[in-house]
Amino acid sequence: MTVFILRRLMQSFVVLFIMSLLVFVGVYAIGDPVEIFISPEADQIERERAIAALGLDKPLWAQYVYFLQGALSGDLGRSFRFSIPALELIMQRLPATLELTVAAMILSLAIGLPAGIYAGFRPESRLSKVIMAGSIFGFSLPSFWVGLMLILVFAVELGWLPSTGRGEVGTILGVTTSFATVSGIQHLILPALNLSFFNMALITRLTRAGVRENMLMDYVKYARAKGLGMRRVMFVHVFKNILIPIVTVVGIQMGQVLAFAVVTEQIFAWPGMGKLIIDSISNLDRPVIVAYLLVVVIMFIVINLVVDVLYSVLDPRVRLQDMKG
Amino acid sequence: MTEPTLSVTDLRTWFDTRVGMLKAVDGVSFAVDKGRILGLVGESGSGKSVTGFSIMGLVDPPGRIAGGSIRFNGRELVGLPDEEMRALRGSRIAMIFQDPMMTLNPVLRVETQMTEAIFAHEKVTEAEAKRRARDALGQVGIPSPEERLKAYPHQFSGGMRQRVAIAIALLNKPDLIIADEPTTALDVTIQGQILYEVQKLCRQTGTALIWITHDLSVVASLADEICVMYAGRMVEQGSVDDVLDRPMHHYTLGLIGSVPSRHRKGQPLVQIPGVMPSLLKLPGGCSFRLRCTRADAACTEEPPETSPAPGRKLRCFHPATAVPA
Repeated sequence: MTVFILRRLMQSFVVLFIMSLLVFVGVYAIGDPVEIFISPEADQIERERAIAALGLDKPLWAQYVYFLQGALSGDLGRSFRFSIPALELIMQRLPATLELTVAAMILSLAIGLPAGIYAGFRPESRLSKVIMAGSIFGFSLPSFWVGLMLILVFAVELGWLPSTGRGEVGTILGVTTSFATVSGIQHLILPALNLSFFNMALITRLTRAGVRENMLMDYVKYARAKGLGMRRVMFVHVFKNILIPIVTVVGIQMGQVLAFAVVTEQIFAWPGMGKLIIDSISNLDRPVIVAYLLVVVIMFIVINLVVDVLYSVLDPRVRLQDMKG
Repeated sequence: MTEPTLSVTDLRTWFDTRVGMLKAVDGVSFAVDKGRILGLVGESGSGKSVTGFSIMGLVDPPGRIAGGSIRFNGRELVGLPDEEMRALRGSRIAMIFQDPMMTLNPVLRVETQMTEAIFAHEKVTEAEAKRRARDALGQVGIPSPEERLKAYPHQFSGGMRQRVAIAIALLNKPDLIIADEPTTALDVTIQGQILYEVQKLCRQTGTALIWITHDLSVVASLADEICVMYAGRMVEQGSVDDVLDRPMHHYTLGLIGSVPSRHRKGQPLVQIPGVMPSLLKLPGGCSFRLRCTRADAACTEEPPETSPAPGRKLRCFHPATAVPA
């Protein structure tokens, strides 16, 4: 296990290095921040001084080397716009997005798993058909439209829940989070719900498919032949077998939601990373874009590592030392 | 005379499929006494496994028991409420399945899969259940049972897994064990060991046993009685010696002729011409008549069940009298 994790970390450094190179070159290609950050009225001397201050006078390779040197000591550059370290800017926004993601994933699982199990266990029942039809909506309705509808119904018409911003935060076990206050949770409900629909549908369908497939397996019939009740067959025997694909998808989706909750954050004015990256891209705030993408890569690496370790916990046939990174 | 452990009378298990009524079992009768072994013989698709599942109450829709009676220890099992049937399964009637690779749940420890079979029927302590599981493993010849309890199914060989399955069947000291081709997937040497152990255990504990197989040589060495099935019907029944030495149905004759023998070395094996007809398109009358060399006009009528000798049953208009080579 330790060897596995160490080897994984080494591979991660290679991935990060390649990623930083790609991102750096890519961001360099999309436009010149000078046009945005320096006033058109500035004269030639001022312009050159400003360009030199941002480090944009040097050739690309020199800028990259300079960036790498900083990165190795934990400095991913300063935001052109806010003049504070890019990493600090991101870390200010990360908790908001993180809790939104966690809330959305919990909602997806809390509703998707039972719905999928029921639909797989009684595929012919009317409720199952309703669930499956509903899951198609979850897949296909665009997130921005659903978000607007949620606001319209629950915030405007019914007036039950707030529609914008993050609400008050409190502290639980030293962590600052919305979960600690009533207002925080109220503000969290609508954006988390909006973010969860797609994954809810995905988990429902995945669970249903897994249940239906596993119910036909010999081991299910054998478990019943031992005189086990249906409840134990379903929640111990079948459930443990369908968890692997579900954990895989939840892992991938978790990274996805964490990194690209952009639309939902925009609609609900959620002060997370998604809004930050959109602003940074439109302002060509290069250091923030680069730092953001690197943070996203690190999150994906961590999530994948957790998923792989979970595999070996869930399925005794999987041994970590056999797995290639 | 006391009532047999199990007596099946005119059992009919039908599957209502989209293309018509599939009569997988259609009028099968037999009885098994305490401590006796019945061999249920037939080709693939002859309805022998479905007979086993019917007794267990594990026929899934669209299948259903359309008629007949299954009496177990004087109690009618057809139409028994689900919960009462569940209470019998695994405790009074146990089943061993064909493929030991598929029947044990891959993600649960052997210990869990054994003790749950005890907890499903009795309130015992964890330690007591574990002790019984360990003893059962020892009983079927698994070395160091204490450690093996902690193992997962994939850490056992095929033969060892089937021993585990047998141990699970023995856990609650059932009155009847139904073994559905339990040695088909195993090496001949392992098969021999398992046959020996099972026979010994049945004699010791007085458990009645139904051994479902297509292999006449297994039945010859193991069973007391034999019931030959063809296309869902019983065609011939009697003691093993009677039926194998003096077969009367031409299907039984064909089966015996298909077993390679040292005495007929160099001669071509006898084959039964043709294949078993689809259960959906059975010929009227005797279902074997299209493959039978002796069939004539009389065979278009359904042959009645006759008793040509004490303890024997037959469904044929033209009983064979010749002794097979």
